[in-house]
Amino acid sequence: MSASREVSPLSIRDGARNPGMPLELDWVRELRVNLSAVERRTGTLGTRRTVKKEWQAAWLLKAITLMDLTTLAGDDTEARVRRLCAKARQPVRRDLLQALGMPDGVVKVGAVCVYHQMVPAAVAALEGSGIPVAAVSTGFPHGLSPMDQRIAEIKASVAAGAHEIDIVVTRGHVLRGDWQALYDEVRAFREACGDAHIKTILATGELAMLRNVAKASLVCMMAGADFVKTSTGKESVNATLPVGLTMARTVRAYAERTGYAVGFKPAGGIRLAKEALLWLILMKEELGIGWMQPELFRFGASSLLGDIERQLEHHVTGRYSAQHRHPIA
Amino acid sequence: MSKVAEIFESLEYGPAPEADNLANEWLEAHGRAFGHFIDGAWTDCEGESFDVANPATAQIIARVSQGTPEDVDRAVRAARAAQAGWWALGPHARARYLYAIARRIQKHARLFAVLETMDSGKPIRESRDLDIPLVARHFYHHAGWAQLMADEFPDAEPIGVVGQIIPWNFPLLMLAWKIAPALAMGNTVVLKPAEFTPLTAMLFAQLCDEVGLPAGVVNILTGDGLTGAALVAHPEVDKIAFTGSTDVGRIIREATAGSGKRLSLELGGKSPFLVFEDADLDSVVEGVVDAIWFNQGQVCCAGSRILVQEGVAEALERKLRARMETLRMGDPLDKAVDMGAIVAPVQLERIERLVAQGRTEGAEIWQPSWSAPREGWFYPPTLCTNVAPSGTLAQVEVFGPVVVMMTFRTPVEAVEMANDTRYGLASSVWSENINLALDVAPKIKAGTVWVNCTNLFDAAAGFGGYRESGYGREGGEEGLHEYMRPTWERQALPEEPSLPFTGSSTPAPGSTAATPAIDRTAKLYIGGKQARPDGDYSSPVYGHDGTVLGEVGRGNRKDIRNAVEAARKAQGDWSGRTAHNRAQVLYYLAENLQTRRIETIERLAAFSGDEKHATAEFDASVDRLFTYAAWADKWEGRVHHTPLRNVTLAMKEPMGVMGLVPPGAQPLLGLISCVAPAIAVGNAVVVLPSEQAPLIATDLYQVIDTSDVPSGIVNIVTGPHSEVLPTLAAHDDVDAVWYFGSAEGSRLVEASSVGNMKRTWVSYATARDWFDRHQGQGEEFLREATQVKNVWVPYGA
Repeated sequence: MSASREVSPLSIRDGARNPGMPLELDWVRELRVNLSAVERRTGTLGTRRTVKKEWQAAWLLKAITLMDLTTLAGDDTEARVRRLCAKARQPVRRDLLQALGMPDGVVKVGAVCVYHQMVPAAVAALEGSGIPVAAVSTGFPHGLSPMDQRIAEIKASVAAGAHEIDIVVTRGHVLRGDWQALYDEVRAFREACGDAHIKTILATGELAMLRNVAKASLVCMMAGADFVKTSTGKESVNATLPVGLTMARTVRAYAERTGYAVGFKPAGGIRLAKEALLWLILMKEELGIGWMQPELFRFGASSLLGDIERQLEHHVTGRYSAQHRHPIA
Repeated sequence: MSKVAEIFESLEYGPAPEADNLANEWLEAHGRAFGHFIDGAWTDCEGESFDVANPATAQIIARVSQGTPEDVDRAVRAARAAQAGWWALGPHARARYLYAIARRIQKHARLFAVLETMDSGKPIRESRDLDIPLVARHFYHHAGWAQLMADEFPDAEPIGVVGQIIPWNFPLLMLAWKIAPALAMGNTVVLKPAEFTPLTAMLFAQLCDEVGLPAGVVNILTGDGLTGAALVAHPEVDKIAFTGSTDVGRIIREATAGSGKRLSLELGGKSPFLVFEDADLDSVVEGVVDAIWFNQGQVCCAGSRILVQEGVAEALERKLRARMETLRMGDPLDKAVDMGAIVAPVQLERIERLVAQGRTEGAEIWQPSWSAPREGWFYPPTLCTNVAPSGTLAQVEVFGPVVVMMTFRTPVEAVEMANDTRYGLASSVWSENINLALDVAPKIKAGTVWVNCTNLFDAAAGFGGYRESGYGREGGEEGLHEYMRPTWERQALPEEPSLPFTGSSTPAPGSTAATPAIDRTAKLYIGGKQARPDGDYSSPVYGHDGTVLGEVGRGNRKDIRNAVEAARKAQGDWSGRTAHNRAQVLYYLAENLQTRRIETIERLAAFSGDEKHATAEFDASVDRLFTYAAWADKWEGRVHHTPLRNVTLAMKEPMGVMGLVPPGAQPLLGLISCVAPAIAVGNAVVVLPSEQAPLIATDLYQVIDTSDVPSGIVNIVTGPHSEVLPTLAAHDDVDAVWYFGSAEGSRLVEASSVGNMKRTWVSYATARDWFDRHQGQGEEFLREATQVKNVWVPYGA
C-alpha cells in the first residue's frame, strides 16, 4: 500500500471565524449540481473506501467526538437532559476505552443539543467538561415565528449560556430564489448570536433540488454562518449523502475563494455506525482530515451513539454486543 | 500510544484486504495448471504451456496450455458438431441454459471477482461491483433474447461456428459480451482468452460443465497470438469476433478477406471527454476519475482526451490535481484502492515509453506526490498539459492511466477537436445545458456518447465503434445481428459470373445512317454535374446483340478522388435534413423515373434482349424507390431500458460516404436497391454501375438532376471496375463499401478496407434475388447503411 499522503488543497486561515462577506449573486447563480453525477459519487463512496479493525474502532471513536448528542422532544425534562449530559461526558464504557488504549478524557461528544428551555440545565450539567451546549432556535423547526421573536430567542439562549445556536432558515426565501432575503435573515441571526457560533439549518428535505441546497449553503456562508447544517430532523427527508456531498463541495468552494473554513453538520436519520463511517469518508475524500474535527464537523444524532458502542465492544471482545450492555442516556 | 489512539489522530484508512483463500483453493484444486476445454472435457496441461502472473505481486499463480493448431482444429470441429443440435434445442431450451449460467455466475460472484483481480490487477471494487455483475446481467439479458429469437427474428438463423478472441482488460466481461449473444442466437463458439488473463475463462468453462451445457457448444482454448491466428485461419469458422488493438484487428481483416467469414471488431480508442463551461466541475472531476483511472486506464473507451472550454480549464486542472492526490493505489485486493496494477511489464513499458515521448515533445507531465508501489507493475495517474492535437499523447492510444488536457473556445471547435482522431469508440459530454449536450452528441463520431457520465455499460445498450475503432455492436438488439443471418442465404446459389468490362478504349464505329443522330456523350456524374473523365478516354458499350449502344467515360483513380470529395462535401447537409425531406426526394426520383418508363425499358431490353424482364425490372425499381422513400422516416432508433435513471438513445446514424458496387445482372434494379437505402438514411454515395450496362446508370443523370437530389449525394463513375474499384475500396475517406459481384472482387474490397477499417458488405459471388422482397430490400440494407450510436442521458432535478 502506498502512503496516500493527506494533502489539503486549501490554504485556510486556521481557526479564524468566518466573518461572512457581501452577497455576491453572480457566484450564487453560477453554482451547478448534477444530481445523477452526485448520486453516482455518493453511491460509490462506501465501495471505494472502507475502514476495518483498529481503523474502524478509531474512526468510530472519532465519530463520537463529532457528535451533537441531541434531545429535541416535546416531553424533555431537566432530569432527562441531565442524563443526556452524563452520557455526553462518558459516552463509552471506561473499560472499553481502556481496552482500546484510549487516554482518559479524550472521548467525549462534540456538544449537547437541546431546546432553549433546557439550556440552563445542560450548561449546569456539563460544567467543567468543556462540552459546549447548543440550542436550536428561531422557531425551530419551522422557522416561521415573527422575526423579532426569533432574534429574541437567540439572544435568550446565548444569555442562558448556549455556546452554539442552531437556527432554521426560511425555506420560502430559497424556493423563491430570494437570496437577498435569506442573506439578510442569516446576517441578522449571526449578529444576534454574538460570540456564540451559528449553525444554519437549511432543511434540505424541503429545498427540492440540490442546486437550491448549494445556493442556500453559499448564501448562508456569505452571511457569516459558522456551520451549515442539513436538517432539523423533523423533515420527512433528512441528511442524505447527495445533499451532504453538495454541501461539502460548497463549503470547499467557499474556503478556496475566501480562505475561511466553515463547518458542516448533517443531522437527522443517522442511526448506524456504518452510516457515520460513510459520512466521515465523505468528509475525508472531499475536504480532508482537517474537516474531521469538532470545530468543522458534527453529526446531529440522538440514537447513533448506541450502535457505535455496540460496534466498539464487538471490536474489543470479538463477540457481537447487546444494547443493554451499554448505559443509556 | 495504542494503535487505535494513533489512528484516532491520523485518521488513516488502513488496509482492507479481500480474502483470497477460496480463490487459491480453487487454483490448488486444479494443480494451478489448466488445459483447454474442448467438447465438454478438459485436456491435460502438458506440452507447451506458459505462466500466468498476478500483476500486483509479479508472482506466478498458474500455468495454462499453449493452444496448437491441432487443438484449434479439435475445438472448431467440436463446435461444428454441436451446432446443429444446439440450434435444434429451440429458443426456450437455450434460454434456460443462459439463465442457468447467469444464476451460477451470481452464486459464485465473489470467487470470479477475486480470481479476476488476482489475474488482471484490477481493483477488487471494480471486479466485484462492475465486471461480474455486468457479466451476470449480460447472460440474463441474452437469455431473454434466446427466448424471443423465433418471435422477433423469424427469418433469421445462426451463423454457425464463431471464433472469439478477447482482451485482457475485462477478461470475463468480454467473454460474456462474446458468448452470450452467440449462444442466444444458436451459434457455438471457440473462445480464446488473452494470454495474460485466462483464469476466469477457466472457471467459466467449469461452470458451463456444471450447468450441463451440451458438449462442444462452448470451447475455450488458451494460448497466445499464434493460437488466435490459427483460429482466425480455420476454414470451418464462420465468423470471427475480436476485441483488442486496432493493429491486430487490421491483421485479422486482412487474413479473413475473401474467406466469407463474418467479422466484428471492437478496437482501440482515443475517446474525447468534453467539458463545457456550464458543467458541474466537481462532478466532472469524478467523471475523469471514472474515465481514465478506471482499470488503470486500460480501457478501450477510456476518456483519454479531456477537451475543456478555456474559461474553466484552470479551475478544472486545479481540481483534478487535488483529486489525484487523494487517489489510492495499491494491492488491488484491497477494498479501498482506486487503482491497481498494470497487467504486464510489456504494457507498463509501453506507457512509460509514450509518456517519455510526450515529455520530449514538450508536454507537461503531472503526477501526484505519493509514490506507486514498487513491487508488482504499477503506474501512477498522470495528467498531461501543454499537448498539441498533433502530439503523440493526443494521438496515440496509451492504454494506461494517462490523460491529456487541451482547451477549446466554442462548441464547434470542441466537436472538431473531438473528431480529430482515427478512432471513434466513445465520448463524454459534460454540460448542464441539455440543448448544448444534445446538439453536440450526434456530431461526435463515436459509437457511444455519455452525457454527464462516463464508462457506463449495460447489456441492453450496444457498444462498438465508428471509424478505426471497429465495427459491429455488442449488447442490445443491435448486437444480435452480428450473430445471425437471413435464412434464405443458406439456399442461395452462386451468382452467374457477370461479364467483365468488354469495352476497349478505341472509338466505336460510326453510324451509317443518312442523317446522323445527335451525339450523346455519357460522362461521369460527380458533384451534381456531368464531368468529363479525368483520363479523357471513352469506351463503347454493346447491346445483347453486339450492336454499339453508345459510349461511356472511362473513369480512373482521380475521378474516384473527385467523386469522394464531392460526396464528403455534400453528406453532412444531407444527413442533417429531416427524414421527411429525404423521403420526398426519393418519391420524386420515383416520379421522374416513371415518366421515362418506355425509354428505360427499351434500354434495359437492348442490354438483355428480354423486354418482359426489362419491364418487370423497371416496375420493381420504381416500387423499390417507394419502399425506401417509405422507410426514410421510419428507420428509427430505440430507447434502451438500461438500469439507470436515464434515457439511452440508440440512434441510427448514416455511415457517411459509401462506395456502392451494385450487381451487374439487373443494372437498374440492383443500382436502385443499393443507392436508395443508402441515401434514404443520409449517406452520400459513389456508385460504380454495372460494367455491362453502364448506360442504365448514365441515363439516370437527368432523373437525378430533376428530382431535387442535392449535388454530390449520388455520384456515378463508369468504367472498368478493375481500374476504379481498388481506389474506391482503399480510399480512407470512404466509410463503407457494398460490393455485389465476384469472389475476387469481394476479397479485394475486404482486404483494401484495412487502411481506415471501413465497413464492408460483400456478396462473395452469392446470388441474391433482387426481385424478392426478403432478399432485395429491407432492414438488412438499412442496417448496413447505418451504425448505431448510443447516447446515455441521465436525468434528475
